[in-house]
Amino acid sequence: MALSVREYRARIKSTESMKKITRAMELIAASRIIKAQQRAQAAAPYARELTRAVSAVATFSNVDHALTLEPEDPKRAAILIVTSDRGLAGAYSSSVLKEAERLIEKLKGEGKDVDIYISARKGEAYFKFRQRAIARAWTGHSDQPTYDVAAEIGATLIETFLDEEGADEVHVVYTRFRSMLSQEPTAVRLLPLEVVEGTEAPEKDDLLPLYEFEPSPSDVLDSLLPRYVQSRIFFALLQAAASELAARQKAMKSATDNADELIKKYKRIANQARQAGITQEISEIVGGVNALADAQAGSE
Amino acid sequence: MADLKTDKVLQVELVAADRLVWSGQATMVIARTTEGDVGILPNHAPLLSSIIEGVVDVQTTDGETWIAAVDAGFLSVADNRVSILSERAEMSHEIDLEKARQDLERAQSSGENDDAAAEAVRRAEARIRAAERAS
Repeated sequence: MALSVREYRARIKSTESMKKITRAMELIAASRIIKAQQRAQAAAPYARELTRAVSAVATFSNVDHALTLEPEDPKRAAILIVTSDRGLAGAYSSSVLKEAERLIEKLKGEGKDVDIYISARKGEAYFKFRQRAIARAWTGHSDQPTYDVAAEIGATLIETFLDEEGADEVHVVYTRFRSMLSQEPTAVRLLPLEVVEGTEAPEKDDLLPLYEFEPSPSDVLDSLLPRYVQSRIFFALLQAAASELAARQKAMKSATDNADELIKKYKRIANQARQAGITQEISEIVGGVNALADAQAGSE
Repeated sequence: MADLKTDKVLQVELVAADRLVWSGQATMVIARTTEGDVGILPNHAPLLSSIIEGVVDVQTTDGETWIAAVDAGFLSVADNRVSILSERAEMSHEIDLEKARQDLERAQSSGENDDAAAEAVRRAEARIRAAERAS
């Protein structure tokens, strides 16, 4: 009971205003998740049709493409790490970064150099603080990714993959949105492409027809594959955005709950202090009265 | 030809990267591929083709015509299903004609003479054409 009632009151007040903030952030995150999920759903038809088209070309032509060729002796790998722009989302960014570190270790163990590409500020800050080189970073879109950003990231990664000096393989580390309660950091290899393991493979019984290709299978593939890569990156960004918001909502909910508990605790202590003060005042008054009475009795 | 039209229709989907722009039934689809305009009628042979920035014309089964401006992408036809995939696609009524005209002017006056500039000009032209034809 080291502090006075007044000081406890001040603490209760500041905790209450913090609670208001965390509560507001929780509600905002909750409403944005729905939007993020809708965006992910709206993007699904495009990804599905692209996957269909790519598997059609892959099935009916034997055209090899630079993006699907396995390099013989991979020396260099590029990693795209999808984090968040803002904090206050619990362990969201740090668990993605942990997963990324694990992948980097593994790739280094295989004797590959690793180039790091980053989406969003938290990851950028993490590597900058540790003074590790970042090949390129894109920031400012993590909770509302647009296709343009995904296209730009895709173009950069494809460029480094096709460059002789550049990466021989490209990985993406992002957080997969499984449900509101569970999000899982995931690492996937993006390039060289394995067409079969699409996000949504076409159903088994729906047979692919014999397509005519215009102008030619290789030309179609040329423009199809980069789009496929971009769409995969867009998918990763959308999943990451939904995960980020879910993580933020969860973190803010527990912050609000904690604030509630703190307020309750402080209120109790403050009341105790107040009662102790009253008791002390009464006993002082009683003591004073007694002393006066004794003095009067003594003088008579 | 006539009997094909009576019992077969095309199931058309126009898909942009971030949304499904339009889906429904149609009797004819016209799109611009790298080789030139192509018209798709019911029972067309399976086709997979790259399309460039241009206007997509669709005649629906209720006799209406709608027009959309699309970016480069793909056209796939199989079993009377037509999917038009493009990173960006806009229905004609969604296009702001004034803005499209400004974009065209800017693209033409940028003075650059590379693929990206030509693409920007084609895109702006396609949007203007789509908006004008619809109005």
